[in-house]
Amino acid sequence: MDDAGAGDDERDARTGIAQPRLGLVGWLRWGWRQLTSMRTALVLLLLLAIAAIPGSIVPQRSADPNGVTQWRTDNPDLFPILDGLQLFDVYTSVWFSAIYLLLFLSLIGCVIPRTTHHWRAMRARPPRTPVRLSRLDDHIETVMPVPGGATAADAAREAVASAEAHLRKAGYRVERYDSEAKGRVPASFSVSAERGYLRETGNLVFHGALVGVLISVGIGGGLTYTGQTVIVEGDSFVNSVGIGYTSFNPGRFVDVDGLPPYALTLDRFDVSYVPAGQAGQGQAGDFAAHLTVAEPGRADRDGVVRVNHPLDIEGDRIYLMGNGYAPTITVRNADGDVVFREDVAFLPQSSTMTSLGVVKIPDGLPQQMGLVGFFYPTVTPTHSGALSSMYPDLVKPLLTLDVYVGDLGINDGTPRNVYALDTSEMTQLTGRQIDVDSLELEPGQTAELPDGLGTVTFENAQNDGAPGVVKRYVSLSVHRDVGAPFVLAFAILALAGLLAALFVPRRRMWVKATPDGADVRLEYAGLARGEDPAIATAVADLARAHGASLPAPPDDAKVD
Amino acid sequence: MPAPGLSLEDVSFLLVWTAVAIYALAFIAYAIDLARRSDLAVKAKDAARDRELVAAGGAAVTAETARYTDVRAQEAAALADLEAPLGQRKRYLWARIGTSLTVLGFLFHVGGDVLRGIAAGRVPWANNYEFALTGTMLIVAVFLVVLFRYDLRFLGSFITGLVAVFLGGAALAFHVDVTPLADPLKSVWLVIHVFVASLSTAFFALAFALSVLQLLQHRREWAALAAVGTDEEGAPRRSGPSFLRTLPSAEALESLAYRFAIIGFIFWTFTLIAGSIWANDAWGRYWGFDTKEVWTFVIWVLYAGYIHARATRGWRGARSAWLSIVGFSAVIFNFVVVNMFFKGLHAYSGLS
Ligand code: HEM
Repeated sequence: MDDAGAGDDERDARTGIAQPRLGLVGWLRWGWRQLTSMRTALVLLLLLAIAAIPGSIVPQRSADPNGVTQWRTDNPDLFPILDGLQLFDVYTSVWFSAIYLLLFLSLIGCVIPRTTHHWRAMRARPPRTPVRLSRLDDHIETVMPVPGGATAADAAREAVASAEAHLRKAGYRVERYDSEAKGRVPASFSVSAERGYLRETGNLVFHGALVGVLISVGIGGGLTYTGQTVIVEGDSFVNSVGIGYTSFNPGRFVDVDGLPPYALTLDRFDVSYVPAGQAGQGQAGDFAAHLTVAEPGRADRDGVVRVNHPLDIEGDRIYLMGNGYAPTITVRNADGDVVFREDVAFLPQSSTMTSLGVVKIPDGLPQQMGLVGFFYPTVTPTHSGALSSMYPDLVKPLLTLDVYVGDLGINDGTPRNVYALDTSEMTQLTGRQIDVDSLELEPGQTAELPDGLGTVTFENAQNDGAPGVVKRYVSLSVHRDVGAPFVLAFAILALAGLLAALFVPRRRMWVKATPDGADVRLEYAGLARGEDPAIATAVADLARAHGASLPAPPDDAKVD
Repeated sequence: MPAPGLSLEDVSFLLVWTAVAIYALAFIAYAIDLARRSDLAVKAKDAARDRELVAAGGAAVTAETARYTDVRAQEAAALADLEAPLGQRKRYLWARIGTSLTVLGFLFHVGGDVLRGIAAGRVPWANNYEFALTGTMLIVAVFLVVLFRYDLRFLGSFITGLVAVFLGGAALAFHVDVTPLADPLKSVWLVIHVFVASLSTAFFALAFALSVLQLLQHRREWAALAAVGTDEEGAPRRSGPSFLRTLPSAEALESLAYRFAIIGFIFWTFTLIAGSIWANDAWGRYWGFDTKEVWTFVIWVLYAGYIHARATRGWRGARSAWLSIVGFSAVIFNFVVVNMFFKGLHAYSGLS
């Protein structure tokens, strides 16, 4: 155990005794001591481990909001109770925060006094050689004959000098403690050596770096934003909150109006699928969104976003989060005027890219109209007669549309989900539910809307310059995380500190020479400070190496 | 198109099953070794008692001191055995058979793993079956390498048993055909992060086994102490398997367990950092308390607790051993239960 650890033990012991009449300051001091004791740190660590577990069992709003909604539907009675306990927001909950904040408070309270203590220890001299080295666990004694023509005292002094040189070369800090013979007390020469201060330094760096990680996460979070956007092939995105994003979550200190000005155009989205008949058939991979990046004052450049390879632009990182098909749909009224023409992003519902999309036409027709569409890149009928897609690529694309007329429910100005149609105020005109065939369209085809309302066309996107008959879209996520590089730096620092703290041995060594008639008695001893499995070997190695370097080699070592 | 006959993948699978069978045999050999050690221990003890009686007849040595020095000598001998260099180890026949079988099983295991990698055209650790395949291989590898340094053959039955169960279980329950990698897995971090995680699991496994033995030994030592000076002295109540007498003291086992645990902990810390870097590239955030991230964190904190416990008064010894055991249970839980049943972004088990 280290010095500081031992200090903690003492403190623990003292606080165990009931102290009479504590004033407010006394109580505070007592509380602080409790908080910064090793035992409290341990209990808080274990509590932290336990407290983190529920968040892996119950869905979390931060990671899985849909899971939370589902959970609420499945357990309507239990939900309010768990929600009251903040079990759907474990990692921002009061109780989880309390544990880690206390832990870090304890950590800081622990590290600061240890740092000052260590600072002093590093500048102190290695301690005086103990009088009776033989009491130490790792101790070796040898006897060296005094070479002819020398006094025992000189031989002893010289032996210790060579040991000192030895230890210094091995990275020890050394200090001589010699005493000449005085009256009946015989002369003794010794060197005291210490090494491994790096162990405690590592420990302090490790704990300090943890604080650094926490602070970087905290401050970084306030300066961080994430935003989502969808771009269809041929279209552009402008990095501005009002225009470009479908959703945007800024941290507390983000200047929302000061986003770096750049624009992205999706030239092409590539994806490859494992061909039918091979293992993993239809599995999608090698996603690549080919973009043109436009920044003011710079020539346009190409950029590619892949999974695992985000694109860096002016401190933002652009991630590829999803992709899908965006059929181009044109609706004309009975007079043949275009009332709607858009690339409609369809949401994939399966790995074979059966996709769902919604069209809302508020104006230009006698009544508001809604279309609910399914898109099948490779259509195939199922047993029940319903359609499905059997392969995600555009082999045999088909679009089906169910037509609704009535009130879209968007007139009051409240924002609605663009991927859902509220049909409560609408009448269905086509679809299985009312036994009227849905409209079915292949790219390039046009169908009549029911009741002579007009026509709907599924455009062949190639006429529009797109690479395929149906356009694809990507959903991108734009992130700026100011804290991340600091978090990483502190984490690496922590790892480095940990390596030193766990593997650098901290030990003291002594070599003592005592003139003893015609001989010199040599003693070697070591004391481990902290975990040190190799100390016995280290003492033995020192004794052997030092013995071999002496002018008159000693007799066989006596180990005890 | 698959060629007729055996594919590389099939050969790999056969090798794996062969390895499982050989490990099972190694387990039996090691188990016999432990049972025979018990015999040896009993015989050694009888001999010691005879000596004691002779001594007691003459000198003024109390039986108690004799017993005490006896126990100490036993412990010192066990420690020396543990650290004996390769050439000077005790010649336990069945342990030798066990080790030879383990090496043989390991060769098949490596063969199966490598062929799987060749068949897949990538590192063989990208779904649950492959995690188990490579993870267990690393456990055996670490065990065999450590054998050069310490005579840990008494852990052989634990290691081979664990590996046979996990490898066999994975081959039965997790086996899937090779499929191309999902995009998020195409990363150097798959190679590094997952490999290092498996490596730390191997060290945690050794630490776990030693901690269990430490607890057993601890109980035995207490029972032996309690029996001194009572009627039971000659034949203390049974307190655990008698091969424990040939093992080092609880304290020595503890410090060895600690040495493995800290190596595991370092690797685990690296795993955590590497995982965050990967997550930052793949998912756009370095940390999101995804289920797998939660459990990696929980395990890390548990082992940090274990390391602390060893420096906290009143927690050294048996209590800290329990933390090592809990920590390893969390590792296993993380691999089996979390991968299979918990939902999250790390959906790479390859199982549906
Ligand atoms: C975030 C919480 C903490 C974590 C994750 C943590 C982790 C660790 C780890 C991994 C070690 C072993 C490596 C080393 O020696 O540097 C360690 C050692 C140590 N920690 Fe902490 N610690 C935490 C908080 C604390 C607190 C609050 C204290 C003080 C009350 C403390 C005091 C110590 C001491 C004295 C050692 C040295 C133990 C030894 O000599 O073996 N730690 N800690």
